[in-house]
Amino acid sequence: MYKILKKRVLNETICLMDVEAPRCAAHCQPGQFVIVRTDEGAERIPLTVCDYDRDAGVVTIVFQIVGAGTLRMMHMEEGEYFHDFVGPLGQPSELTLETAEALKSKKILFVAGGLGTAPVYPQVKYLHELGVDADVIVGAKTKDILIMEDEMKAVAGNLYITTDDGSYGRSGMVTKVIEDLYAEGRKYDLCVAIGPMIMMKFVCKLTKTLDLPTIVSMNPIMVDGTGMCGACRLIVGDEVKFACVDGPEFDGFLVDFDQAMKRQNLYKTEEGRKYLLEQEKETHHGGCGQCN
Amino acid sequence: MTTDVNVRVPVREQDAAERAHNFEEVCYGYNEEEAVCESTRCLNCQNAQCVKGCPVAIDIPAFIAQVKAQDFEQAYQIISKSSSLPAVCGRVCPQETQCEGKCIRGFKGDPVSIGKLERFVADWARDHGIKPVGAASKNGKKVAVIGSGPAGLTCAGDLARLGYEVTIFEALHEPGGVLVYGIPEFRLPKEDVVLKEIENVKSLGVKIETNVVIGKTVSIDELMQDEGFDAVFIGSGAGLPKFMNIPGEQAGGVFSANEYLTRSNLMKAFKEDADTPIYRGKKVAVVGGGNVAMDAARTALRLGAEVHIVYRRSEEELPARVEEVHHAKQEGIIFDLLTNPVEILADESGWVSGMKCIRMELGEPDESGRRRPVEVPGSEFVMEVDAVIMSLGTSPNPLISSTTEGLDVNKWKCIIADEENGATTKEGVYAGGDAVTGAATVILAMGAGKAAARGIDEYLSNK
Repeated sequence: MYKILKKRVLNETICLMDVEAPRCAAHCQPGQFVIVRTDEGAERIPLTVCDYDRDAGVVTIVFQIVGAGTLRMMHMEEGEYFHDFVGPLGQPSELTLETAEALKSKKILFVAGGLGTAPVYPQVKYLHELGVDADVIVGAKTKDILIMEDEMKAVAGNLYITTDDGSYGRSGMVTKVIEDLYAEGRKYDLCVAIGPMIMMKFVCKLTKTLDLPTIVSMNPIMVDGTGMCGACRLIVGDEVKFACVDGPEFDGFLVDFDQAMKRQNLYKTEEGRKYLLEQEKETHHGGCGQCN
Repeated sequence: MTTDVNVRVPVREQDAAERAHNFEEVCYGYNEEEAVCESTRCLNCQNAQCVKGCPVAIDIPAFIAQVKAQDFEQAYQIISKSSSLPAVCGRVCPQETQCEGKCIRGFKGDPVSIGKLERFVADWARDHGIKPVGAASKNGKKVAVIGSGPAGLTCAGDLARLGYEVTIFEALHEPGGVLVYGIPEFRLPKEDVVLKEIENVKSLGVKIETNVVIGKTVSIDELMQDEGFDAVFIGSGAGLPKFMNIPGEQAGGVFSANEYLTRSNLMKAFKEDADTPIYRGKKVAVVGGGNVAMDAARTALRLGAEVHIVYRRSEEELPARVEEVHHAKQEGIIFDLLTNPVEILADESGWVSGMKCIRMELGEPDESGRRRPVEVPGSEFVMEVDAVIMSLGTSPNPLISSTTEGLDVNKWKCIIADEENGATTKEGVYAGGDAVTGAATVILAMGAGKAAARGIDEYLSNK
């Protein structure tokens, strides 16, 4: 059993939790994920690691309500326990394999969309602690659903916030900010983009024209998360890859996003059907972070 | 009761038409009267061949003699000296090629129903609260076992009986490995059989820690250096499912058998109230002819689909157990033999709408000794299906081998281990089961777990 030490509701559908999981905290790295089960009989929910404290044995997760399982998570309180919490899973971010010297010589741009802000945070923090200041673009639909602004500000070099409706920060999509930055004369050596698949697709489309290598983090449907089931398979550079063991981060220029989105959407209706039946009584219409 | 010594006592089964719609166990097993009657057919051979056919070398004539004497508790203790999972083995072992395949009775008539007798004894012991006998005292040495499937449970059970302090690390949220996520309820009930067997292993003093992925959550070197384990056994199982790499395989409704079975068995998706969903197809194609394919097909059938097994060779080459094929046919699974998929077709939303197949014929034998299937030119046709389950075997999971210095793998990426004692290329580290052999059977994994327990005991006794 894994105790919830802290719970912070970030907006109407997104919540942050500190969970006591010493074995996982001892080894997790930016870019990796965990799988959580609320109780006996519940589904296995994969979530990217948002932060960790090795000494305290604590892992921080951030999740968004997309189905019955995450809704139940939202209703859990400090002092309660998750039935299962396993990780870290997947490969660490490639940045963790490079030396501080090598990283310092690079200009790195992070692009975070919606819930993607959570998995971007530990990578920016990791670089910050090595003395590398990376620029970060955070995009949200509107001001009210923007998350982790203060945390990000504390570790980022330049932080550019943009909202689709212009209610806060810059106005427009994250791709517009990238274009603007390049128009202002900025240049980067590496981009890490994490967010809804549609966002990652369009970021990659743009960064390709800018000759800016781009890493993305994929979050397809998973069951076991250890390579056993193959539900999370993706096409990357004409090869079938399993996001859980080969990823979740991949070279964005090689990922077949259209295929991945098609699979995601098909499963979305299946996975989220109970919640949707209860909550919306009609077809799913956005809010899951995957749809527009 | 039968009086013909050449004919085995028949075992009662749930009616095929009925069981095709439920997940209750297919085979009811023997009752006391039937078991005792069948036991009288055993010739109690001096040089018993059946024991040689058993990968864990159960003293078969001795336990059957106790059944004959109606001392079922004693029969159980004899079996449990050699096997930690008798209720499982009595159900899923391929006895026809092992113990029963060697039975002298088999020359003239039916071999003794050793598997059904083993199952009877194990179930009787469970119903009467009989536990296996553990070690009298601990020897103070610690062994870590990775994976709680048949290899791990057997190795752990044997070592605990020898006095070792054993901890099993399991990656999933429930122990049991393939017994829990792979083999369906109707062949191997989880609550009444698997869970009880695991409790028996725990009653020997074995600890089980779930949610630990060795190679990620903690490494083998850390277990040995920081956590004080004197030896490690790797029984981490088969690994990553294979796909055919044909066009359309990414379509919605295409599953690996592992995914399909894990959803149904581990996540209980066959129950209406489960959180994890499963797609209940109308017409499902299962590609492959092994035991896993039969399990997936019979699961899909019970979830309401018309199910076709699509296999590229003929019935004779089906790798599945004869009993499984027989049960599948009885239940109404359709076998499309000498047929191979070439493309998966999807509708405009991206969901499977059909599978393009080609007819095959058998040519010359290949390196496996089986006649090689050859395509019949121009014989392509489209099968209308709304789900496809790929059951083509697995390739090894690199999680442990890639994170453990000094642990060598062979060209198929399976861990190299000595067949006699399970020793790997890394001192103090032993391995067995599917992680070593590639996908095989429960009992072979148990045999390997047993051999490794002996190997570890020898290693640590001399250390």
